[in-house]
Amino acid sequence: MKTTRLIIVAVGGQGNLLASRILGEASLLSGIPIRMSEIHGMAQRGGVVESALVFGDAESTIISDGEADVLVGFEPSETLRALNKCNSGTTVITNLSPLPPFTVAIGKGIYPDLGMLQELIRAKTKRLIAFDATALAKEAGNVMSVNMVLLGALLQTGILPLSADNVKEAITVRTGKFAEFNIKAFELGFSSAKLS
Amino acid sequence: MHKLLTDNPGNKMLLLGNEAISRGAIEAGLAFAATYPGTPSSEISLNFFKISQESDLYFEYSTNEKVALEVAAAAANSGVRSMCIMKHVGLNVAADALMTLAYVGVKGGLVIITADDPFMFSSQNEQDNRYYGKLSGLPVIEPSSVKEAKEMMPYAFDLSEELQEPVLFRTTTRINHSTAIVELGKIRKRVPKGSFKKDPFNYVTVPAVSRKLHVKLLKNIEKASHLSDNSIYNFIEGKGEFGIVCNGVSYIYVSDAVKDLNLEDKVRILRIGFSHPMPAKLIKTFLKDCKKVLVVEEGEPYMEEAVKAFAQEEGLTLSIRGKGEDLFSRLYEFDPAMVRKCIAKFFDAASPSTKTVDLSNVPELPQRPPNLCAGCSHRATFYAVKKAAEGLETIYPTDIGCYTLGFLPPLGMGDFLICMGSSVGTSCGFSKITDNKVISFIGDSTFFHSGIPGLVNAVFNNHNFTLVILDNGITAMTGHQPNPGVDMSNFNLSGYGRIVIEDVVKALGVQHITVIRPYRIKKSIEAIKEAINFKGVSVIISKEMCTLYSKSLKKPAGKPFYISEKCKNHRNCVNDLACPAFFIKDNRVHIDPVMCAGCSVCAQICPENAILPLKDRK
Repeated sequence: MKTTRLIIVAVGGQGNLLASRILGEASLLSGIPIRMSEIHGMAQRGGVVESALVFGDAESTIISDGEADVLVGFEPSETLRALNKCNSGTTVITNLSPLPPFTVAIGKGIYPDLGMLQELIRAKTKRLIAFDATALAKEAGNVMSVNMVLLGALLQTGILPLSADNVKEAITVRTGKFAEFNIKAFELGFSSAKLS
Repeated sequence: MHKLLTDNPGNKMLLLGNEAISRGAIEAGLAFAATYPGTPSSEISLNFFKISQESDLYFEYSTNEKVALEVAAAAANSGVRSMCIMKHVGLNVAADALMTLAYVGVKGGLVIITADDPFMFSSQNEQDNRYYGKLSGLPVIEPSSVKEAKEMMPYAFDLSEELQEPVLFRTTTRINHSTAIVELGKIRKRVPKGSFKKDPFNYVTVPAVSRKLHVKLLKNIEKASHLSDNSIYNFIEGKGEFGIVCNGVSYIYVSDAVKDLNLEDKVRILRIGFSHPMPAKLIKTFLKDCKKVLVVEEGEPYMEEAVKAFAQEEGLTLSIRGKGEDLFSRLYEFDPAMVRKCIAKFFDAASPSTKTVDLSNVPELPQRPPNLCAGCSHRATFYAVKKAAEGLETIYPTDIGCYTLGFLPPLGMGDFLICMGSSVGTSCGFSKITDNKVISFIGDSTFFHSGIPGLVNAVFNNHNFTLVILDNGITAMTGHQPNPGVDMSNFNLSGYGRIVIEDVVKALGVQHITVIRPYRIKKSIEAIKEAINFKGVSVIISKEMCTLYSKSLKKPAGKPFYISEKCKNHRNCVNDLACPAFFIKDNRVHIDPVMCAGCSVCAQICPENAILPLKDRK
């Protein structure tokens, strides 16, 4: 089976690990081989959380520079920071709602301009899908469901060997009483990616 | 029921490496476990903690790794299958127990988890603990995948009982924190009660006994060497003339690379999963079939040294390489592309061109280092100490925990750190040899772990410094585990003791002890000033529950604050505290009401009194 490599980057607290877990559960449901790896020691301390998901026949659980087929960023500057994982054939999906790090607030760094950020990613990769996932999460009724909006957009691209229904089933199993909001968020992300 | 107790062999589950390890131990009939938490091993114990609350598995968070190993050693020598879980540096703490436990051995299986951390994602060093196998003479088992981590656990217990020795089970972060689909096996029945048969001439390690036991250990190593040669976890794949010897996650990178490079017919792989003692016979046979050999291992050239020595014994002169400037590094972790590149280079194979994008015109991005949480009491304490010590030449030895992050600007509270408990010991040295005022920081759990002996030393040798004990009521950094000072009713558990830090410090003979509530900034500064003016050892206990933990217990939280129109943009709040709840918009400081924990520290330091509780907003 063809190998598909996905990187998800987010800021601690944005639900990256849950999103990865849902894709893992969806793979288990549909019999797709999957291995994933995450660095989450600092997840609750506002640091960057990166997950690597490898679908298909490869054995490795991490993804080297230039080898991601898809990059999903929950925060725009973090998407740009992870560009080293991409190549000219990579599809990039990014939230456009910034969460500037505190280093910006204390004058130790400049947050990148969002227009320039999108141009850079677009020029270096195959395709960029960029939209305000945070606004869609609010529309779905829960600002915490940014992760689900982006999962929706990711599934719309058809790059993963998973169906949207498998993922929705995993969301339902995994997120209990929030499932309704989460499915709505997933669907908003799905249709939004269709338009971009 | 805890999902890892599911008794449904053949069922498939998506498991984190640490869950797979816990499950493997449950399948092996584990009945007794002790630990001190440490990333990347922490989730293994967290599972046992939960499982022990609904089964006859005994589990405890011990004071430190040495104590944990002693606790487990006693259980294992009473015939019960036991486990002791720690991060790699934890084994340094437990090493004193380990070295002689290797002489004494065990009766029931004892597996010691050492979770190494190449690249130091959350550690102070990247030591390679396979050498502990060599140093102690104990067997070392190393999985290459999540699936294997589960499978090898019953094997490790059987091995321990066969050799009557503890077994070191060495993982790396990419095993602990990877996730994969794992098939469940049968659960062996736990035997939760043991009995100890007295045998002082084999158990009490006076010199005459140990001289005999060392002979026994060497015989055991010989037996283990034979088992290693025949282990199903040391195996050869492929028939080519190019040899690759690999272990752990390197094996899966090698497997992928050999496929990617179309070298399947040319390469012969020796995978080592039982790495101490190294399988001498198997390696010698392997070498005879190879033209040249590449050793692929993260960390130190542990296998490379052994393979070269075996080649010498056989009089073989083939090229054997591994570490070197042109090949693999002893630094950090490996990745699939890097392993592929080195294999292609060493065996002269065509390597696919690198596909990375040109990053030269990407602007420098603002760093996002981890930060103390919004409302973290450590921030308040650091601020108060900094204010109290203004004008003094200070040295701030610090310790291991969330509060280590206080060394970052703008707080800048942390000047020296080597290991758990080092804040106290190094304070003794710094205060003696310099004229600076020494103020050191240690958390509650770290104080119990290894801070107390340093404080005893300080009182006895009459040193002159101030120790600030940051008591947030929980072991926060590793994910909110209990420690001897924790109120266990927070976990809905009874039957535990509770040790009050203030009483301990008093009993040690510290003459100046102050307890502060760090959110009360002015009072805290006054109290700290007094403590640092004291000549001798003074201790400040800064008490405030970890804000994340408090939230998880659903304790009443403070109301969020906002910045009113009175703000004149001094920005003391942002520049001195750097709380992540602040953000700048249109050149004005704002507070994110969702993040704000209502600690009120910023409101207390605002020169214009412009920061107000949100409920008062007009």
